[in-house]
Amino acid sequence: MAQGVWTIAEQRDGEIRKITYEVASEGRRLADALGQDLTVVLLGADIKDKATELGHYGADKVLVADDPRLGTYTTDAYVGIVSQLVKADDPAILLIGASTQGKDLSARLSASLGVGMAQDCTVLSVEDGNLVATRPIYAGKAYARVTFEDSWPQMATTRPNVMSITEPDTSRSAEVVDASFSLDDSSLKTKVVDAVKDESGKVDLTEADKIVSGGRGMKGPENYKILEDLADLIGATVGASRSAVDAGWRPHSDQVGQTGKVVSPNLYVACGISGAIQHLAGMSTSKVIVAINKDEEAPIFQKADFGVVADLFDVVPALTEEVKKYL
Amino acid sequence: MNIVVCLKQVPDTETLIKIAPDGKSIVQDDIKWVMNPYDEFGVEEALKLKGKFGGEVTVVGLGPRRVTESIRTALAMGADKGILISDDALENSDSLATAKALAAAIKDLEYDLIFTGQRGVDDDMGVVGASLAEFLDIPQFSLIVKVEAAEDGKSIKAHRPVEGQVLIIESSLPALVTAQKGLNEPRYASLPGIMKAKKKPLEEKTLADLGLDPAEFGEGGRKVKILELTPPPERVEGKIVEGETPQDKAVELARLLHEEAKIF
Repeated sequence: MAQGVWTIAEQRDGEIRKITYEVASEGRRLADALGQDLTVVLLGADIKDKATELGHYGADKVLVADDPRLGTYTTDAYVGIVSQLVKADDPAILLIGASTQGKDLSARLSASLGVGMAQDCTVLSVEDGNLVATRPIYAGKAYARVTFEDSWPQMATTRPNVMSITEPDTSRSAEVVDASFSLDDSSLKTKVVDAVKDESGKVDLTEADKIVSGGRGMKGPENYKILEDLADLIGATVGASRSAVDAGWRPHSDQVGQTGKVVSPNLYVACGISGAIQHLAGMSTSKVIVAINKDEEAPIFQKADFGVVADLFDVVPALTEEVKKYL
Repeated sequence: MNIVVCLKQVPDTETLIKIAPDGKSIVQDDIKWVMNPYDEFGVEEALKLKGKFGGEVTVVGLGPRRVTESIRTALAMGADKGILISDDALENSDSLATAKALAAAIKDLEYDLIFTGQRGVDDDMGVVGASLAEFLDIPQFSLIVKVEAAEDGKSIKAHRPVEGQVLIIESSLPALVTAQKGLNEPRYASLPGIMKAKKKPLEEKTLADLGLDPAEFGEGGRKVKILELTPPPERVEGKIVEGETPQDKAVELARLLHEEAKIF
């Protein structure tokens, strides 16, 4: 019978990414609810020395697949290996972070294993021994509570920034085990030929802790400077509404909303955004929402924890100055 | 280059979603059904590649008969033929079952590339593309914003933005690409295009036509069971920041973010 909770770690250039700890922490909570062990699977090149710290976040075991071909994620290699490991060990629950990599891996893996999967979940629990997952649908206009029927492992991915990270306990240690797997070069059909780094050093919107977003009220691309000044000061990433992106003021990758990125930062500051339903859908799981808009009837105020009815061109620069006092 | 584009219909993104009395589905009255926005990018990219390399673009839709309208839209944009997989037994199928039906319809077609949207803006699962690639045993490129086809049309390089960087990934064809916003600007169907689309072939297939067992589809075939749908959690009612001038409001907002929200 399927037994144990597994989570998949995510590394880039040999460094463990934050989502790994979010997923491992959540995995630990589910493992405790089931009274079972937590195994974290770590794939990479020369990665074994990173295994120990995963124990601090609750792993009982870290299963390491270390191979020069696993340094950079490819669908073929990662799906091939994780699927071999799952078949050999038969875990009950398998969790992956819903990062760009995790979404790719989980989707193909679920088909490869022939099991059900719930993508981008915000709440997980165990009921009667089964995983129950809550996930936003229609970009958060509704939520679905789902469970799994007669297929193991029960698979889910977790939305970045949602699962809380356990305080690391350095007295805990995990058993580190070399995974046994085979990886045939002929199975690797795709090749990463280049990685172009974003030199801005900005955190991606989906993983940002704070976001300052601008909409049609910004009036033009040149005015985003005031948002960037605030964002730089508080360590935020700048986002945009669909109308700002469609007007060509900001790149597609900045769009927050149902046809853009769905975000869950600690702080979301919406400047000159009226709050079309398609935008609200993409940011309503933010923890604290601030809306700055001249129009007091703007729908964004219904979602805002703090609403400022005033001209953003007066408020934002003043806010930037004022915030400096607290930093 | 022969290209297949998969499409589904979704409620227009302006739609207010209401939960049906059964608590497990949404109220379908008054919904304006449109082609999934990410699928439109797939149609456009296929047409651009056809413009360069020649070949045929086949659109494969799955769902109730109303999906025909979206297939006709794609034909009016310039696709060559359409296939609609429609069967009462498909209703409420999950992502894996949907991909299985698409794979059965596509496996005997001649194709070099397949496009799907990166996700449907309804269930937001993003699983059908990868599953279809798995069932057809071809490589996948997901969340792609640029496709560069080699001059000989035998391989592609795809640009895939991941957090903080863009990966450029290469593979020989056939392969499957899931389209992300930024890939292109979909064209509008022209009036002559709309006229021509009426005469383009559009075949309808049932699960039986595809040699599939209806029992594996629909509610009964789901591996992910819906327990209930709920409205989004209510947010605690917010407050309007008081102040005589915008300056005063900014001061008060900073204080609230510091003292109440403890953001900084």
